[in-house]
Amino acid sequence: MQTVYLTGRGDFGEWRDRARALLLAGTRPEAIDWRVRDGEAGLFAASLPAQEASPHGMPAERMPLSVPRAFVELAESVICHRDIRRFALLYRVLWRLQADRSLINTAIDQDMAVLRLMEKSVRRDSHKMKAFLRFKETHPATDGRRRFVAWFEPDHFIVARTAPFFQRRFTDMDWLILTPKGTAAWDGERLDVTDRAARRPDLEDQTDELWRTYFRHIFNPARLKVKAMQAEMPKKYWKNMPEAALIPELIAGAEARIGAMIEAEARQPPVRHERRKSVVTGEMPAPATGLQALAREAAACTRCPLHGAATQTVFGEGPADAALVILGEQPGDTEDLAGRPFVGPAGKVLDAALAKAGMERQSAYLTNAVKHFKYEPRGKRRIHQRPNSGEIAHCRWWLEREIEAIRPRVILAMGATAVEALTGRSDVFASLKGRQVPLGEEAVLVVTVHPSYLLRLPDPEARAREEAGFEAMVALAGRLA
Amino acid sequence: MKKSLKERLAILSDAAKYDASCASSGTARRHSGKTGGLGSTEGSGICHAYAPDGRCISLLKILMTNFCIYDCAYCINRSSSNVERARFSVEEIVWLTTEFYRRNYIEGLFLSSGIIRNSDYTMEEMVRVARSLREEHRFRGYIHLKTIPEASPELIEQAGLYADRLSINIELPTDKGLTALAPEKQPDRIRRSMGELKLKMEEMAEPTLVTKKTRRFVPAGQSTQMIVGADGANDATILSSSARLYSSYELKRVYYSAFSPIPDASRALPLIKPPLVREHRLYQADWLYRFYGFDIGEITSGLKDGMLDLDLDPKLAWALANRAHFPVDINRADKAMLLRVPGFGTKTVGAILKTRRNRSIRLGDLAKLGVSLRKVQPFVTTPDWSPVRLLERSDLAAMFAPRPEQLALF
Repeated sequence: MQTVYLTGRGDFGEWRDRARALLLAGTRPEAIDWRVRDGEAGLFAASLPAQEASPHGMPAERMPLSVPRAFVELAESVICHRDIRRFALLYRVLWRLQADRSLINTAIDQDMAVLRLMEKSVRRDSHKMKAFLRFKETHPATDGRRRFVAWFEPDHFIVARTAPFFQRRFTDMDWLILTPKGTAAWDGERLDVTDRAARRPDLEDQTDELWRTYFRHIFNPARLKVKAMQAEMPKKYWKNMPEAALIPELIAGAEARIGAMIEAEARQPPVRHERRKSVVTGEMPAPATGLQALAREAAACTRCPLHGAATQTVFGEGPADAALVILGEQPGDTEDLAGRPFVGPAGKVLDAALAKAGMERQSAYLTNAVKHFKYEPRGKRRIHQRPNSGEIAHCRWWLEREIEAIRPRVILAMGATAVEALTGRSDVFASLKGRQVPLGEEAVLVVTVHPSYLLRLPDPEARAREEAGFEAMVALAGRLA
Repeated sequence: MKKSLKERLAILSDAAKYDASCASSGTARRHSGKTGGLGSTEGSGICHAYAPDGRCISLLKILMTNFCIYDCAYCINRSSSNVERARFSVEEIVWLTTEFYRRNYIEGLFLSSGIIRNSDYTMEEMVRVARSLREEHRFRGYIHLKTIPEASPELIEQAGLYADRLSINIELPTDKGLTALAPEKQPDRIRRSMGELKLKMEEMAEPTLVTKKTRRFVPAGQSTQMIVGADGANDATILSSSARLYSSYELKRVYYSAFSPIPDASRALPLIKPPLVREHRLYQADWLYRFYGFDIGEITSGLKDGMLDLDLDPKLAWALANRAHFPVDINRADKAMLLRVPGFGTKTVGAILKTRRNRSIRLGDLAKLGVSLRKVQPFVTTPDWSPVRLLERSDLAAMFAPRPEQLALF
């Protein structure tokens, strides 16, 4: 049996050097007795066994020895644990890893499970240090920098591991963290970490009183959940937290405070409230005519249930005297968010076709057969749903008003829904596609596919063919108008 | 006489506590190490204290003022309430935030406000706080600003350049409920604001033409809150409302806040103990939607009166109602199905997938992953375990029901 002495205060390098030498010497895990030196470091230094030389005579710490990166990370953390068994356990896993590298990913292995628990405990301790440590202000430094001191009692040797967090966060002030397991100090340039035990300082900070005020008043007595609080903030931390002294009285008084709220007589509203009520608020909307008035009315439309799920009504847009009306199916995701028609991916396809035909988007009136976006929520996305005949019929009321107001010469109907909205028939799109037909006495109907249909075609050849047809019909509509 | 800072802090934190959100997670990582200044955000949020209500205190959550021209029945700050009123100056909020931060009480600021004068004035003051923190004090901690739906897009854009998160409360699950209880609030305006913010976030994520860089804009996204139990909406309505919000506006979180009695409460509302268990079940269902691949329809179909079972968590309730999908072979099932096993969390499923590449998992191994065997046993098979008879038991649900409360001796 070989006895190995370590300082054992969270120094990974110390353990790693010894473990590496032992491993290279082929020392079996069960042949090592890992111990922590008592008292001051260095007391036993003289009697420590010399570092084992490797079989090749090289200093052991320089020998190549590869372990999975994940093991190093695990060991760096576990070495901070206070349990003396950590050294032997880590060594045993290091030993076993030489034969089986997959061990590091095997959560169900007994050794690995214990190591992961230790790692978790260290991580939690470090997290609680970041959370519950409280700085108190003390006299400023000679150069005028503000100085703060904190006292914290960690379970494990985590000061060195956690100190860089405070350095990254509290850069513009000097601070000193004191704990029974080590200290850390920052002066704006250097971070000094030791593993020396410190004593609890006696400090006062005026701001603690404001913090207690906040703690007292952010608490909602109607939701008393003492266990939930203690699960996350165990009592052992309370003695170093300025606000914790309030907890017993807040708990004790909660019930009575709620009772009083429920029992309280209803009171008259304050005068301020009555005065404000008598003032007429909000400006009267300017009287609007034609399309404008229609759009405003449509914004409040509840004729069908689609309005409940959509963001807003997406009404048509364009000049009131446009010769060409371009009619789509319904707003898509982007249109629903922006409140404007044809601003999403399908709109880009349409824009490209218009540009190709030398037409101005602004000179046409763009609208949809259905003015609200219909969709199914799917996680973070919305899946487009085709409007049904009932929804198309309900919304036709708006489309008819739009056409009536504009009296276009040409309507470019894109897709089956647009055609259904204009004709009232769901079975004629296929036969009308790619054609122009008279619509009523004044207008011509030009029928093509919806641009989003082009986006959905997976076969490039089919897409090119359909795109050409689409562009031709857009151009035709432009010429006719 | 003007109230002292301490007195006003008392009033304006009282006024802010009904907002459930206190998260400081999920924002961009940054720190002061190289540049001086104060503060850092490192991915996961930190709860610096817990109040006896079990809630995390991560941010200094205050109102700029609790004067308000709106009269929302559920709100402690509604204009018809007799609560004491107070107001902070921009400088005072900045001072409180940085001094609290230096003492490591908080991760940052969550600033909300009653509406004073008009929406733009209020929003502008809030933006001034954020700007002063970021520019004058080089503050790199977390900032969450509540935005005012009617505020102008330019102000929202500025707010988004300083803040980590912006939020607008939807308040109630249905438009009808909101109109009834908050007459001045317009549900469609709230939705449009969320939509505009989402589009703005997408726009800002694109590199600019000139600098080819993206600007940091609301890195922790947007969130909202719904009050539970103030109106008659059932859980199915609430959850489908949430699904709509998540899918439409890419919200990071929908917070559910059980309505609780407030001082000088409106008589229009139920003054009873807040439905905390219900709130908890809603959060669980919300998790199933966001992280476990459930559709809201799967969770809510077959619910009695559209309400989640208060005695069973929604995942277990779903499994009991859909036994044909079980037992699941944990050495073979795909990830989606493993996620549906009651008692398995996302971490457990990750560990199972990783481990089974190398070796076969037996029932006893699950305990080492921190799984409750009692809970998963009926729903899984392993080489050494098959629960067929257990799964067929008609009293399976009763095995999970909470024990009846022991009768008190009289």
